[in-house]
Amino acid sequence: MTFLEIDNLQKKFAQTTAVAHVQLDVNRGEFVSLLGPSGCGKTTTLRIIAGFESPSSGAIRLNGVDITRRPPNQRNVGMVFQSYALFPNMTVGENVGFGLKVAKKPVSEIKQRVDEMLNLIKLPALANRYPYQLSGGQQQRVALARALAIRPQMLLLDEPLSALDAKIRVVLRNEIRSIQRALGITTIYVTHDQEEALSLSDRVVVMNEGRVEQIGTPFEIYNFPRTAFVASFVGTLNILRGHVADPARGIIVVDDQEVIASRPLEHARVGDACSVALRPEVVSLGEAAGEGNRMRGTVEDVNFLGSIVRIRVRFKDNAISVDTFSNPRLTLPQRGEALTVSFPREAVLALEAPPAT
Amino acid sequence: MKPSRLGPWLVTLFGVLYFFVPLLGTFEFSLRYLRGVYSLEAYRIVLTDPRFGATVTYSTVLALVTIVVGVALVVPTAYWIQVRLPGLRPIVEFITLLPLVIPAIVLVFGYLRMYNSASVLPLTGTERATDLLLMFSYVTLALPYMYRAVDTGLRTIDVHTLTEAAQSLGAGWSTILLRVILPNVRVAVLSGAFLTFAIVIGEFTMASLLDRPAFGPYLQLIGANRAYEPSALAVISFAITWACMGLLQVFARGAPGQVAPTH
Repeated sequence: MTFLEIDNLQKKFAQTTAVAHVQLDVNRGEFVSLLGPSGCGKTTTLRIIAGFESPSSGAIRLNGVDITRRPPNQRNVGMVFQSYALFPNMTVGENVGFGLKVAKKPVSEIKQRVDEMLNLIKLPALANRYPYQLSGGQQQRVALARALAIRPQMLLLDEPLSALDAKIRVVLRNEIRSIQRALGITTIYVTHDQEEALSLSDRVVVMNEGRVEQIGTPFEIYNFPRTAFVASFVGTLNILRGHVADPARGIIVVDDQEVIASRPLEHARVGDACSVALRPEVVSLGEAAGEGNRMRGTVEDVNFLGSIVRIRVRFKDNAISVDTFSNPRLTLPQRGEALTVSFPREAVLALEAPPAT
Repeated sequence: MKPSRLGPWLVTLFGVLYFFVPLLGTFEFSLRYLRGVYSLEAYRIVLTDPRFGATVTYSTVLALVTIVVGVALVVPTAYWIQVRLPGLRPIVEFITLLPLVIPAIVLVFGYLRMYNSASVLPLTGTERATDLLLMFSYVTLALPYMYRAVDTGLRTIDVHTLTEAAQSLGAGWSTILLRVILPNVRVAVLSGAFLTFAIVIGEFTMASLLDRPAFGPYLQLIGANRAYEPSALAVISFAITWACMGLLQVFARGAPGQVAPTH
């Protein structure tokens, strides 16, 4: 059931379009991430949902109610900020209870809810500390508890882990997800970190230049990117450029070698320029048994990256990266060595041109 | 090679001498009321003069009201400019600087023309109304100091995000100002308040021309007619100012949570 409807949302700042015709339905209890590079419009979209920005056009409906022009303090939407935004003059307990105090709840109820929230974030002993006495990770947990204490209809998180170090980030993102699941709260999460978006979300919305490029589950986004942007932004990707040889059978020619795509090339004609995408991990070194694509090239570079080894193979104008797991018994090819690489047809994704604005 | 520290020490010494020698001279002179011996006689005379108590009380009350009105005017203005109307900042800064450019005597003559007993708003008609006019004139005089102190305080905190965080928790503008913003710029507001206090306590021109019994005109009166008492009064004024500075330090140290968060 649709809980949040974003209907043809548009936001312009002077001559710049920050958000262009964004259309999104979010189900109750769903965890949706807005993923994209800086300036893609993801934070502006979130801020419009929160009520901090007014859209130039379009509408936002929450639980069937139009909240497009409703002020932020009347939306009952919890927000967690990148910079934590804890009130420096208040203790942890006072921060968590602030929204309830504003709502004039009885003191006993506020105390009970604050204790409940501090237990939820596993910081029950820190109620009397001030924000500056906490680590970054603890501050962000308190910010999460504060946002949840008011029992919001929806939770919005604006790059909440960006200011934390890598290890804390992983721990905290798992905690955010488990708390979200436990409470069943509808959540919109903004991030530029693909790993975060893929690991946390039920669905991911990839944005670029104010537009939605693709909406899908993490599996769909990673394995079946619809545009070159999504393919290149999410994960490492090889793009091979060639021309169409047989659209019905999905055959294209890349540097004089035939590559068969996973599906027929609809709307393409023989000789049209065409791009296909290929993940480094689906390519194997040597001749694979059975049907599939094979291409011959020359080893251009070999990079040892710890758990994997990335081998760069050049054909002519195109080159691809091949990832193989590191193994003490692995014999690495030498630079300049001739090599055959193999990859299955279903791993070759024909890319659409980006939609026109 | 280690740089010589002689230069900074010489500058510091010069500064100390520049500020303290006249003060020590004044203090020493204030003790010479009785011929041939040092005594506190000049202080005794000043402190037992009923006009001293009356004028200090009058100026103190006026200073406190000025601070309350100044804070009520400046904090919301500076906050609103920071959050919603940053484009107006140069205009507001220009307006707040005007009292430094326009002499107090010009301001007070303007007031006398505008608010005389024949005007639409005859504020000089009664003593209470003149007190009100004097208080507003002090708010104007203190505006450059109060505005700058509060504005600087607001720049040290993330006003935008704190405002948005409070809004998302259901707070309205008055709650945000009183419970989130004001406590976090407490030190800045106190600093503006003590500067205002120092200005009002010693102000002469406006109080004298509006004919109000303030401490400034009393200082002038004693200074024109006595020898040793003005020096004693000057030392007492310094003591009051330093006490204000000390209080500022105490309050600033006691402000909870006013340490930059660890990001």
